[in-house]
Amino acid sequence: MPHRTFIAFILPSALAMLIFIALPIVSVVVQSLFIEHERVMVTAENCGPFGCKKESHVDEAATAELRRDQPLGRFNGLGTYLDRKHLAAKEVREAFAEASGPIDFLTRVGSLPLYKALGFTLAYTFVVTPLVLILGFMIALAVNALPYFVKGPVIFASLLPMIITPLIGSLILFWMIDANGIIGASLQALFNDPDLSLKASPTLTWITLMVYGVWHSAPFAFVVFYAGLQTLPHDTLESAMIDGANRFERIRFVVLPHLMPLAIFVGLIQLMDNFRVFEPIVGFNAGASATSLSYAIYTDLRSTGAPLFGSAAATSMLTIIGICILMAPVLVRTWRDFKRRH
Amino acid sequence: MTMTVTMKALLSGAMLMALATTAQAACGIEKGSIRILGNDFPAIQAVTAAAATCRSDTVQFKVNLTQDHESLAVAALKANPAEYTSQIVASSSILPLLNDGLIRPLDDYVAKDGAGLKKTQLITINGKVMAVAFMANAQHLFYREDILKAAGVEPPKTYEEVLAAAKAIKDKGLVKYPFGGTYKAGWDLGEEFVNMYIGMGGTFFKEGSAEPAINNEKGVAALEMMKALSAYMNPDYLTFDSNALQAEFEAGNVAMANFWGSRAGAVTDGEGSKPEITGNIKFAAAPTVAGGTIPATTLWWDGFTLATNISDDDAAATFKALASGVTKEVANANTDKAVWLADGFNPGPLAQGTLESANAGALPYPMEPYMGLMHTALGNGLAEFMQGKEDAAKALSDVEATYSAAAQAAGFLK
Repeated sequence: MPHRTFIAFILPSALAMLIFIALPIVSVVVQSLFIEHERVMVTAENCGPFGCKKESHVDEAATAELRRDQPLGRFNGLGTYLDRKHLAAKEVREAFAEASGPIDFLTRVGSLPLYKALGFTLAYTFVVTPLVLILGFMIALAVNALPYFVKGPVIFASLLPMIITPLIGSLILFWMIDANGIIGASLQALFNDPDLSLKASPTLTWITLMVYGVWHSAPFAFVVFYAGLQTLPHDTLESAMIDGANRFERIRFVVLPHLMPLAIFVGLIQLMDNFRVFEPIVGFNAGASATSLSYAIYTDLRSTGAPLFGSAAATSMLTIIGICILMAPVLVRTWRDFKRRH
Repeated sequence: MTMTVTMKALLSGAMLMALATTAQAACGIEKGSIRILGNDFPAIQAVTAAAATCRSDTVQFKVNLTQDHESLAVAALKANPAEYTSQIVASSSILPLLNDGLIRPLDDYVAKDGAGLKKTQLITINGKVMAVAFMANAQHLFYREDILKAAGVEPPKTYEEVLAAAKAIKDKGLVKYPFGGTYKAGWDLGEEFVNMYIGMGGTFFKEGSAEPAINNEKGVAALEMMKALSAYMNPDYLTFDSNALQAEFEAGNVAMANFWGSRAGAVTDGEGSKPEITGNIKFAAAPTVAGGTIPATTLWWDGFTLATNISDDDAAATFKALASGVTKEVANANTDKAVWLADGFNPGPLAQGTLESANAGALPYPMEPYMGLMHTALGNGLAEFMQGKEDAAKALSDVEATYSAAAQAAGFLK
C-alpha cells in the first residue's frame, strides 16, 4: 500500500485518537501538577435554626480574584504525587528508618492510602486474570464437546454474567451473601458458624470480590476461546490421534499452541480491566476492606464538597503508569513473536 | 346514589379549581423560569409539589430531585446562566456553593416576599441570608418498647445505658444484635464519629484555623465507644447505610439505634414490616455520652438557596414559588414527613426524637468550609480501627494526615 493511501486511511482514526485519548491525557498531566489556590478565610458570625456561632468561611470575592489571575491554580510540581495520599515519599522514608524489620516496614507502608489500594488492585489483577483464562478455556472445551442441539442454550447461559451490568451483578451477589441471603445463610449452616459473615472480614471480602471478578469475566474468555476452537486444524488433530496422543496431549500440543495468540489477547484485556477494578467495590460496599486506584479517584471526585481534581489526576497518571508496567512484558513478547514470523 | 357521586365530584372539582386560583394568586408570579435541584426524599417532594402550583403559561417550572444532587450542583450552578435557579441544600451541601460564591444573598427577597418566615429559618452567614431552612433533621434514638420492657430496662438516656441495655437484651436472647447503626465505611461512618465526638465535647479544628484537632483523648474515647457499641451490632455493620438499617428495623432484627429522624415515618409506615414491630418503635433524644450534657448527635437543616448566575426575574420567581412551598399549611399537611420549621407547625409523634434532641441542647453540624474534607477523611480512615487493625490514636493521626493533605490541595491549609 502506498504511504499516501495508508495515511489517508489512518488519518480519521489517528485524529479521533488525538482528540479523545491523547489530549485528555495531556490535560490530566497538567492538572496533576496544580493544586487549588489558597482560599482567603474570614471569621464571621453565622446564624441558623439552632442559634448563632462564630465560624470561619471563605471570602469568595478575594478567592475569585486569585483565581482570575491564575485559572489553573497554584503550581505544585510533583508535590501532589509525593504527598501522603499518593506515593507518600516522606512517610515511606520514615517507615524505612523506623521499621524493625521487612514485615513491619511492609505493614506500615501498606496502611498508606495509595499502597493499600495498590495492594488490593495487584492482588485482584494477578488472581483474577489467570483464573479467568483457565476457567474460560475449560468452559470453551466443555461446550465444544457438547452435542449440537444443547450448545445454543448452554452458550447463552454461560454468557449471562457478562450481559449483566457489573454494578447490578455485584449488588445481586451482595444481597445473596448477606447473613440473611441464600449464599450467606447456607455458608453459615455449612460451616456451623452463626457469626460467619463474608462482609465483615477483610480476607473474606477480598475473596468474595475476586470470585465475583472471575464470575463476571470468565464468559468473555470463554467466547473468545470458543471462537478459536472452531478454527482448530483438523488434520493436525487427526494425525496426533493416529500417533496415539490422548485427549490431554492433544490439548497440550495442538489446541493450546493454536489458541496462544487469543490467550495473549484475552490476558492483555483482562490485565487492563482488572487493574482498574471499581464497580464491585461500590456494589459490595467493600470500601472498608478493599480499595483500588479507581476507587481512590472516585472518592477524590465524588465524596467531598470540593472535588480534588489535582489529587484525582495524579492517581490517574499513576494508574496509567501502572498499566504500562503491567503490560510491558506481554507487549515485548508479542513484538518478538511478530518479528520472528516476519 | 349516582347523584351524590356526581355531586361530590362536582364539588371537589370546584374546590380544586378554587384552590388552584388561590394558589396562583398566592404565588403572584407573572413570568419567569423556576428550575429546582434537590435531594430525593418525601419532605422535599412535598415542598416542590406545593411550589409546582405556581406553574402557569408564563412561568416555566422544572424540578430534578435526585440522590446525586450534590455531585451535580457545583457544575450546574457554575454555568452562566445556571442550569438550576435553586438548589435545595442541607447543612453540609451548602458549603461548596458558598465557597465558590454560587448562591446569592436572599435579604431583599426575604424582605419583599418572606413575610411568613421566622427569623430562625434564615441561614445567615456574615450578616447575609444565604438560605431559607424549612426542616430540621437529626440522628436520635429509635427503640423497641416491647423488647426493652422484656429485658427489664428503661429507654437509655446515655450511651453507657445503651451498652447495658444491649447486654441485657443479648443475655436474655431477645435479639441477636440489639444495637444498630449506620456505620457504612465512608460518609455514614464519618457522621457517626462526628456525632459521638461532639457528644464528648470535642472540636474538629484548632481555634480559628483549618488545622485538624481530633487526635486527643476525646477522639480516642469517641472511637472506643463506637467500638464497644459495634460488639452489639450485626457483624456486617461496616456495610450498613440508612436503607440497610431501615430494613433491619422493619425486619425486627434491631432493638435500638441512633437513626435519622427523617426515617421515622418510613420505618413506622408498616410497609415492609408487621404492626407488632412498627407499633412498638418509639423515639427519644439522642443519648449523651461520658457524662456529657448534650446529646451525641448533630442537628441538620434542609433549606433552599438561589443561584448567583440567573436573571433577577427568575430569582424572584423562584423565591416566591419556594416560599409558597414551605408554609405552615404545607407543613401541617405533611406532619409525618419531617420536622418542619414553619411558624405554626404542629409536630406529631414522629418529630419527638428530633425535637427532644434539639431541646436538650444538641449542636448543629459544623459549618466550617473545610468540614467536608474532614468528614471524608474520617469516613475513609476509621474503618481499619473498627476492624481492629489499628489503635485509636494511630487511626486519628492517619485521619489528620489525610485531611491535611486534602486541605492543602484544596487551598485551606498552607
